[in-house]
Amino acid sequence: MSIHEVLERVSPNMHIAEGYLPPVHAAAWSVAAAPFVVHGVRALSREVKANPESTLLLGASGAFTFVLSALKLPSVTGSCSHPTGTGLGAILFRPPIMAVLGTITLLFQALLLAHGGLTTLGANVFSMAIVGPWAGFGVYWLLRRFDVPLMVSVFAGAFVADLSTYCVTSVQLALAFPDPGSGVVGALAKFGGIFALTQIPLAVSEGLLTVLVMRLLMQSSKGDLARLGVLSAKKEAVAR
Amino acid sequence: MSRNARINTLLLLVVVALAVLPLALGLGDHKEEPFTGADGQAETAITESHPDYEPWFSPLYEPPSGEIESALFSLQAALGAGVLAYYFGLRRGRRQGEARALAGSPAADAPADGPADAPAGAEAGSPRTSA
Repeated sequence: MSIHEVLERVSPNMHIAEGYLPPVHAAAWSVAAAPFVVHGVRALSREVKANPESTLLLGASGAFTFVLSALKLPSVTGSCSHPTGTGLGAILFRPPIMAVLGTITLLFQALLLAHGGLTTLGANVFSMAIVGPWAGFGVYWLLRRFDVPLMVSVFAGAFVADLSTYCVTSVQLALAFPDPGSGVVGALAKFGGIFALTQIPLAVSEGLLTVLVMRLLMQSSKGDLARLGVLSAKKEAVAR
Repeated sequence: MSRNARINTLLLLVVVALAVLPLALGLGDHKEEPFTGADGQAETAITESHPDYEPWFSPLYEPPSGEIESALFSLQAALGAGVLAYYFGLRRGRRQGEARALAGSPAADAPADGPADAPAGAEAGSPRTSA
């Protein structure tokens, strides 16, 4: 079997399977992820204490991640993969809180679905619940700075959150399983190339669904969005 | 259909199209097993490119069959969808309740903002009536 075939078979798996990172890698990623999750738990309890009414929207953001990461969708490469749904929560509540909500989703999948795993939880949390939300939020924040329309920024943020998660997964796999011939760089190029191609249409879908939910929130929860800084009073007046 | 609803429907249709087109165009035809989720394949792939690698931990619980696994995946999606629906339903009900309360009360203490700003109006409403 050629390396390309091998990689093609690896590509649709979003989360790294149980036991499939060497112990040192698994430990290192867990150590790297832990402070973000601890910080996230603090941020979450602070948010709930300061704004008890945001509990509902927090639940809805977690629910969005639950739905999207259960949707295995077909993609152009002829394999299936699933979105992450972390962009929405990162935009609404900032990335630290998403580290917690993403970890809960990953735990559910690791414990009940044998999708992902406990030993690889650290690595998967790092890609889906930390890097994804931060990258997505960063793009969203930057675009908003330059007065890009809200929905365009939301789309871009969700798109990047989804895609960057897969990029990190490729890096993690390439580091753990370098190509016998071309090493880590070779493995990364191949992993990354195939991952990106599979995931781009799904990242578009995720962006569109996030925009859809944000539009519904604009209708139903203007107060929350203004308090969270997604809608500023002035910009809202201009948009209306 | 309002313009808002039309845009939302369009967004959903594009997502559906993105999911259906790869199937309709037969983009998986070159594969032995098209459109697999491939968690299991990923495992074999790594063991094939690195034959000496032994997975050193196995899942505590593994769904005994593909059917059970998809049942659990549906459960995950259903839980999420349920919470989302609860959220939006609750919000809609609250807005309607507030609009009705505003319409029912004498015009004097009803703010002129109208139902679109009902949540903000309601939050600002209590200090206003007490003042």
